[in-house]
Amino acid sequence: MMRDRWRRGLSHAVLIFSGASVVLALIPLALILFYVITRGVGALNLDFFRNMPAPVGERGGGMANAIVGSLIVTGLGSLFAIPIGVIAGVYAAEYRGTRFSSATRFAADTLNGVPSIVIGVFAYGIAVLPFKHFSALAGGLALGIMMIPLIMRTTEELLLLVPNTLREGALALGATRARAVFTVVLPAALPGIVTGILLALARIAGETAPLIFTSFNNRYFSTNVTQPISTLTVQVFTYAITAYEDWHRQAWAGALVLVTIVSLCSVLARMATARMERLHRGA
Amino acid sequence: MNRARTYVTIALMVGALGAALSAQKVQITGAGATFPFPIYSKWFSEYNKKNPNVEINYQSLGSGAGIRQLSSQTVFFGATDGPMTDEQLQSAPGRILHFPTVLGGVVPIYNIPGLNTELKFTGPVLANIFLGAITKWNDPQIAKINPGVNLPATDITVVHRAESSGTTYIFVDYLAKVSPEWKKKIGVATSVNWPAGTVGGKGNEGVSGLVSQTPGAIGYVELIYAIQNKISYGSVQNMNGKFVKASTDTVTAAAAAAAKQMPADFRVSITNAPGDNAYPISSFTWLLFYETPKDKGQAKVMVEFLKWALTEGQKFAPDLGYAPLPKDVVDLEMKAIPKIKLG
Amino acid sequence: MKNSRFSARPDEVFFRVGTGAFALLLIVIVGGIAFELGRQSSLSIAKFGWQFWQTDVWDPVADQFGARPFIWGTLYSSILALLISTPIALGIAIFISELAPQWLRKPLVFVTELLAAVPSIVYGLWGIFILVPVVRQLQLNTPAWLKSTPFFSGPPLGVGMLSAAIVLSIMVIPFTSSVAREVLKAVPQAQREGAYALGATRWEAIRMALFYARTGIVGAIMLGFGRALGETMAVTMVIGNSPQISLSLFSPQYTMAAVLANEFAEAAGDLYLSALVNIGLVLFVMTLIINTLSRLLIWSMARQKRPRLRRAALSEAGQAA
Repeated sequence: MMRDRWRRGLSHAVLIFSGASVVLALIPLALILFYVITRGVGALNLDFFRNMPAPVGERGGGMANAIVGSLIVTGLGSLFAIPIGVIAGVYAAEYRGTRFSSATRFAADTLNGVPSIVIGVFAYGIAVLPFKHFSALAGGLALGIMMIPLIMRTTEELLLLVPNTLREGALALGATRARAVFTVVLPAALPGIVTGILLALARIAGETAPLIFTSFNNRYFSTNVTQPISTLTVQVFTYAITAYEDWHRQAWAGALVLVTIVSLCSVLARMATARMERLHRGA
Repeated sequence: MNRARTYVTIALMVGALGAALSAQKVQITGAGATFPFPIYSKWFSEYNKKNPNVEINYQSLGSGAGIRQLSSQTVFFGATDGPMTDEQLQSAPGRILHFPTVLGGVVPIYNIPGLNTELKFTGPVLANIFLGAITKWNDPQIAKINPGVNLPATDITVVHRAESSGTTYIFVDYLAKVSPEWKKKIGVATSVNWPAGTVGGKGNEGVSGLVSQTPGAIGYVELIYAIQNKISYGSVQNMNGKFVKASTDTVTAAAAAAAKQMPADFRVSITNAPGDNAYPISSFTWLLFYETPKDKGQAKVMVEFLKWALTEGQKFAPDLGYAPLPKDVVDLEMKAIPKIKLG
Repeated sequence: MKNSRFSARPDEVFFRVGTGAFALLLIVIVGGIAFELGRQSSLSIAKFGWQFWQTDVWDPVADQFGARPFIWGTLYSSILALLISTPIALGIAIFISELAPQWLRKPLVFVTELLAAVPSIVYGLWGIFILVPVVRQLQLNTPAWLKSTPFFSGPPLGVGMLSAAIVLSIMVIPFTSSVAREVLKAVPQAQREGAYALGATRWEAIRMALFYARTGIVGAIMLGFGRALGETMAVTMVIGNSPQISLSLFSPQYTMAAVLANEFAEAAGDLYLSALVNIGLVLFVMTLIINTLSRLLIWSMARQKRPRLRRAALSEAGQAA
C-alpha cells in the first residue's frame, strides 16, 4: 500500500515537473520574443521589404536584398545538406553495427561540435580562396556543412525506431533494398526527419560567422550565386555593432523577419508532411 | 516532374538575368575596418547616386581581415584603422599603398552614479587604471587632477574590447607612448594580454553596454558610440598639458600637426600629437590599394572615387561623428594618388 | 566491407554502395576539416607542442599562447548548460509526447522550435541587456556565506559563467527537446500498453519508453552538447571574455569558440593565426574525446536487457492485482 502511494506520488511529481519545464522554457522565449518584437516592429514598413540598405540618416533603407539573399543561401545549403544528411543517415541506420556506420555517426557528432567560424574558415579555404572571390555558393556550402550532422543523426535515430517488420514486409513483397527503404521505411519516419531538417534550418538561419568569410555581403541586390550576396544575419550583425539608433532598429526588424521566416517554414513544412502522411495512409 | 522542371528553369533564368545585369556595371569589393563602415557606406551610396553604374560593396570584417583579404586578392581594396606592419607589406604579393580617409577619436567612458561633473584624465593615470595599479575611483592620483570633485570609494571595473580591434590598437598605442610601464608590460597590438580581473565586451556596442550597466566601470570606445549612447566620457590631457575633450574639431587638430612630418607612405600614428587643441587619442583610418592593381577598369573607378572622397566626401564626415582630414593632408594625398598605376 | 549479415544480392550491393558513398562524403568533410585545422596550426604546434594545453598565458604581443583557460571555460560552460537544459528539455519532450492533450501538441512543438529559430546574436543582445542585469542583482543579493564559497565569489559584474550557462542552456533546450520528443513518439504504443497492463503508473510507463528509446535520448543530449560546445556569438557577449580559470559562477571567463571568433578576423602575424587555429584543433579533439565517452555510455546502456525495475514494486503490483 505504502509503496503504491509512493509510486503514485512520484508519478504525479514527474507530471508536474514536466509541465513546469514547459512553462520554464516558455518564460525566456516570451521575454526574448517580446524584446525582438518591441524593438523591431517599429522599423517594419514597406520600405524595409522593398529597398536596399541606406546610409545612416537617410530614410527608407531596407533589407530587401538581404531577405532574398538569405533565402538563396539557405536554399543552397539545404540542397547540399538534405541529400547527404538523409542518405548518410539511412546508411548508418540500415547498416548499424558495421564499423563504417559507427565511423559515420562519430564523424557527424564531431562535426556538430565544430564552431561555426571554423566551418566558415574551412569553406573559405576551399570555395573562396582558390577562386579569389566571395560567393553565395561558398556561403551555401558553409551552411550546408553545418546542417548535415543534425539531419543525419535525426534521420538515423528515427529510422532505427521503425519496426523491422516494415522492412521485412516490403522485402518479402519483392521490393529491392533501395525501394524498401525509400518508399516504405523512410516515409514511416518522415515527420521526425522533417523535424531534423527544420532544426538544422533553424540552427543555420541565425548564423553569421560562417557567412562573413564566404558569402560576404552585398549592399546591392544580386541573385548571382557566384558573387557576394547579402544575408539577413550578416546585415543584422553589421548594423547591430554600429552606434546609430536608426540602424539598430533596422537590425531588430531584420532579426524579427528572420525568426518569422524560419517559423513560417517550420509551420509550412509540418503542414506539407501531415498532408503527405494522410495521402500515404490512403485516407 | 513538370512542375520541378518549371521551377528549375525559372531559377536558372533568374540567375542568368542577375549575371547579365551585373555585367553592365562595375562592381568592386572591399573589406576591412568596422570603424569607418558608416562613413564609407555613405560615401559609396552618394557616389553611386552620381555614377549609377558604379557599385562599390564594402563589408566590415575587421582591419586584420581586410589586410589578409587584400593580400589574398579576394577583394580589390582594403581598409584599416592601424597601418600595415612591415612584415605584412612584405608578405603581400604586390606593393600596397595607404591613403588616409577620415579621422576618429577614442574616448574613455565611465559610469559613476551621482557624478555630474566631467572627469579629467591624464595619460599616466589612464595607463595605471587599465594596468590595475589604480583600483578605486577616489584614488589620490585621480583626485589630484580632478580637484573639488566628489569621487566615491567604488571599485573600478575595467572594460576592454574582447575581440581584436583597431580601437584597441589606437588606445594602447597612446598608452604605450605615455606610460613606459604599459609599453614594457603589455605592449601595442589589436589584441593584448589585459591584466586579470578585467572584462571584455564585444564590439564598441558591447563595451558601452557593459559600462553603462556596471556602476564604477571604465572603458574606451570610438567617440561616436559615446555620443550616440549618451555615456559620460572624460577629457584627456594632451602633450601640451591641456585637457581636451574629443570632438571632430579637436581630432582634426591632432592630424594637422602630423601633416608637417607626414611620411611618404602615410603610415603614421598621431596619438599624443602636439598642439594646444589636439585630442591625444586620435587616429587616421586608411584605404589600401595595390600600386599595380590587376583590374585596370576597377582601378580607374576607385581612383576617381578616392579623389571624390578626399574632397567632396569630407563634408559628410562630421554629421556621422568622424573628423574630416585637414587640408594639408588632402593635398599630400592628391599628389600621391597618381602612384596607383592605371596603365 | 563484407559482413555476413547482409546478403550479396545486386540491389543490396547497389544500395549499400550508393548510400555508403554519402556516408563517406560526410567522413571526408570532417576529415578535411581536421586536416586543415592540423595544417594551419602546424606553426603553433611546432613552437608550443603539448604545453599549449597546459599554459595559461594568452599574449599576442609577446607571442605567448596557451589554451588552458579557454578549455576550462568551454567545458565548464557547456557542462553547466547541459546540467540545466537536459532535465528541462526531457521534461518538455515527455510533456509533449506523453501528457499533453492532442490540441496542445502542435502549438507546443511550434513554440519549442521557435527557441531554435532565434539568431544567436539576438540571444547575445538579450543576454547583455536583460539577463546580465538580473544576474547582477542576483549577485548583489547573494548571502555572504554563499559568497565565501569558491562557486559564488567575485565582484558583482553580471557577466560571467552563470550568464553564459543560462543563455547556452536556453539555446540548447530546443535541440535536445525536439529530438527526444520525436524519439519518444516513435516508441511503439504496444510497449506503453504493456506497461499499463502490468499496473504501471504514468511515470513508470514513461520511464519504460525512455528506456526503450535510450540511445536516441542520449543522442539528443549529445546534439545539444555539441551545440553548446560550438556556440560563439551569444556566449562571447555575456561571459566577460577574460581568460582565467575560476570555479566561480560569477567570474568572467572565456571559451575556445569565443576567442577564436573574436580574434580570428584581426589576427596579424603567422604564429598568432596558427595559435588561434590550434585552439580550433583543441576544440575538435575535445569533441572527439567527449563523443568517444558518450559512445561508451550508449554502448553500455544498449547492453542492458531491461530497466532495473524495483523487484518489490513489480511483485506488489502483482499482489494488488
